[in-house]
Amino acid sequence: MQSQSLTHLQALEAESIEILREVAASFERPVMMYSIGKDSSVLLHLARKAFYPSKIPFPLLHVNTTWKFREMIAFRDSMAEKYGFDLISHTNPEGLANNINPFDHGSSRYTDIMKTQALRQALNAGRYDAAIGGARRDEEKSRAKERIFSHRNANHAWDPKNQRPELWKVFNTRLNPGESMRVFPISNWTELDVWTYIYDQGIELPSLYFAKPRPVVDRSGTLIMVDDERMPLEPGETARMEMVRFRTLGCYPLTGAIRSDAADLPSIIMEMQASRTSEREGRLIDSDSVGSMEKKKQEGYF
Amino acid sequence: MAQPMHTPDTDIGLWLQQQTDKSLLRFLTCGSVDDGKSTLIGRLLYDSQLILDDQLASLKKESHNRTTGDEGIDFSLLVDGLTAEREQGITIDVAYRFFSTDKRKFIVADTPGHEQYTRNMATGASNADLALVLIDARKGVLTQTRRHSFILSLIGVKHVVLVVNKIDLVDYDEAVFDRIVAEYRAFAAPLGFKTLEAIPVSALRGDNMLAQSPNTPWYGGPALVPYLETIDVSEDRSAQPFRFPVQWVNRPNLDFRGFSGTVASGAIAVGDEVLIASSRKPAVVKRIVTMDGDLDQAIAGRAVTLVLDREVDISRGDVLSRPGETPEYSNQFQARVIWMSEEPAYPGRSYLLKVGAQTISATITDLKFRTNVNTLEQTAATKIDLNEVATVTLATDKPIAFDSYKTNALTGGFILVDRLSNATLGAGTIDFGLRRAQNLTYQAFDVNRDVRATMKGQSPQIIWFTGLSGSGKSSVANLLERRLTAEGKHLYILDGDNVRHGLNKDLGFTEAARVENIRRVAEVARLMADAGLIVLVSFISPFRNERRLAREIAGDLRFSEVYVDTPLEVCEARDPKGLYKRARAGEIKNFTGIDSPFEAPEHPDLVLHGAQFEVAQLADQLYDWLKI
Repeated sequence: MQSQSLTHLQALEAESIEILREVAASFERPVMMYSIGKDSSVLLHLARKAFYPSKIPFPLLHVNTTWKFREMIAFRDSMAEKYGFDLISHTNPEGLANNINPFDHGSSRYTDIMKTQALRQALNAGRYDAAIGGARRDEEKSRAKERIFSHRNANHAWDPKNQRPELWKVFNTRLNPGESMRVFPISNWTELDVWTYIYDQGIELPSLYFAKPRPVVDRSGTLIMVDDERMPLEPGETARMEMVRFRTLGCYPLTGAIRSDAADLPSIIMEMQASRTSEREGRLIDSDSVGSMEKKKQEGYF
Repeated sequence: MAQPMHTPDTDIGLWLQQQTDKSLLRFLTCGSVDDGKSTLIGRLLYDSQLILDDQLASLKKESHNRTTGDEGIDFSLLVDGLTAEREQGITIDVAYRFFSTDKRKFIVADTPGHEQYTRNMATGASNADLALVLIDARKGVLTQTRRHSFILSLIGVKHVVLVVNKIDLVDYDEAVFDRIVAEYRAFAAPLGFKTLEAIPVSALRGDNMLAQSPNTPWYGGPALVPYLETIDVSEDRSAQPFRFPVQWVNRPNLDFRGFSGTVASGAIAVGDEVLIASSRKPAVVKRIVTMDGDLDQAIAGRAVTLVLDREVDISRGDVLSRPGETPEYSNQFQARVIWMSEEPAYPGRSYLLKVGAQTISATITDLKFRTNVNTLEQTAATKIDLNEVATVTLATDKPIAFDSYKTNALTGGFILVDRLSNATLGAGTIDFGLRRAQNLTYQAFDVNRDVRATMKGQSPQIIWFTGLSGSGKSSVANLLERRLTAEGKHLYILDGDNVRHGLNKDLGFTEAARVENIRRVAEVARLMADAGLIVLVSFISPFRNERRLAREIAGDLRFSEVYVDTPLEVCEARDPKGLYKRARAGEIKNFTGIDSPFEAPEHPDLVLHGAQFEVAQLADQLYDWLKI
């Protein structure tokens, strides 16, 4: 006989698998958001487990702002090929035509057009009734209150004061025409859970998470990697090679690197345990004002 | 500050193993508004070193202009997430928080104290193993303390820690603590908690949080965190009867057919015999499939895919068990319901019920009594209002598999969903199945509806008119009846005049009475149609839910919802019975269109525009459309 209760990682894994299966069984056109980061990688792994030996019964959607790290795109394509999932990549065509970028248009306008609006376009175009995301409740205060099955009205907006009560594992998956659901299977995981699970399961990650010498510039205390020639350098500014890595992956001009020597998983986890800043700090999007994430979510951001 | 809760080990492999092997404790905090719940959780996060530098900086920024403790920090800001809450200084929804120590990972549900958010507390409690019930030492046991404790027992939280907070503000007085604990124990005795530990605490100052405080030398029990780290809450779910609700049928190709789900309780091994609840058919487990390889056995909590040794009819919602310890299987049961919607629950109304992976139509057939959540007093009721708890009988369209909630929360807890808005209206816990429902089977007569219909030379059906008073429903129904009767058809009109004065004379005009009124009329209409008649029902029937109910009661009979759409001004100008005048004068209450709403049909089968056509024309339109 094996042990008669599950460890916390086994319990979290089973909970997430149950949620993913509930989505597949309850919705007509589900889609899974795939952002290529560590949380997405865990989500992908869980989805493969949930439906094995079947293939993942829904497509993966990547909202491509065209400003992602080049390596992320290569990694994304290699995963799609290796695991044979259906990959949809969407870029806001108007944003692309108007060359909307984080340098000329500012992070908030850029994020709105290339991420939030692009996401809405893709969800509308696919007529998806459920979008699975890798958000966790420990990331940010307004996320801590969001349901696992989080209802969106026909405009993809979240109404935090009118959330459906969510009891036990009995999820209300019913929708009226035009409405949709955002589903967060790893709501109850912490950043440390994600890392220890990656370690325990041997999940592949983009190498950007691991330290190596990379060309960076220092922008008011934030280290930005010069990933391609579109990055405008200020007069006299040159990229320096520094030993850095990333705690989160996103658009390279908006994602700060940290100086680190952690080149393998155990070192990263140890470094993270010793560190004294939270992971979203490297993202420029949250720091605009108090309550900014909550506002973005009401507008349809993930 | 006391010792931090854990220190990273330098031996990485060992440390990672320790992280992986930790157990998980889910608990919730509840208490009344100013008992300091958020402060307590903030303190737990702070002490477990989970407050990071950037969060601390932002916390200090936000603590400006607020009441703070010695550290100059308002800990509650860490957990009060939504802007509205920050503005009002209260917690309005469930927030989940995470921290861990060397021994355990903790998931904390921070739930609101206000009465109007009772539903959120029930939500937080539904996934918790343990509850911290906070009491302000200065105030003692309050009404809200009692309400929260009752909801905990209703949801089946077995372990309670009574946290007597702000003990510093009563000068660490042992007598105050003892008095509060004695009062609470007396109250909680009938609630059936398995363990109840009382701890004197100051969340703001840290007394008895991580270690025993020198300020309470008279207290010999454990400090809060060590207690949470060690308490055994395992129900040993694996030792209970095996339950496997089938969530998803896994069919990648013709050679593989598996049933995916999570073992709700018990354990299953390859070679074990299982029984399918709906068909009572047996099968043997051939494989337990996971991506990491096949398992020999799966215990409670594991998400797996079962392959059986034979072709059996199983779909989502079926429950697998072992022969000899099967779940109940019935279409009627008693349950306790917590209502979570502004719109009250009424007996007779149809809802969607979801338990496990089964979703089915259900009706509250009997409202036995309402329990006052503050006094535990039981009173008679005709409806269940928001945040109320009632004991009811529920009937489902088809039998479902379930257990009593006491024996298995995962197969005995359900939600009720609105059929139109799809909102979650309430949650319930099943007490027991009512066996008599199983024995109630309909006698199959040799003389059936078809025979009777053939004798009358018509196809029996129900034509349901809806519309405001004075819209022309009865006039149209009368003309149609005359014309069809002239053709040799057999009809009957049910309207307010012939039903309200007889069958339904015991009913008033409250919302509950209107629901019951429509239910009875719909049942009578169905019986008459079953007898072979064409039934014309002419009732205002202002609510979508009741019209939908009427359609459901009609079953496989043809049911045509005819909306006589005449604007209120026109109806009021006609005022054939002078009712509008009296309603406007306040002599009639709850009059549809005046002080009670009319919910226009969203998808009527036919719309008759009462202001644009004469009654005879409307009757012709209906006659042409019906093609009887």
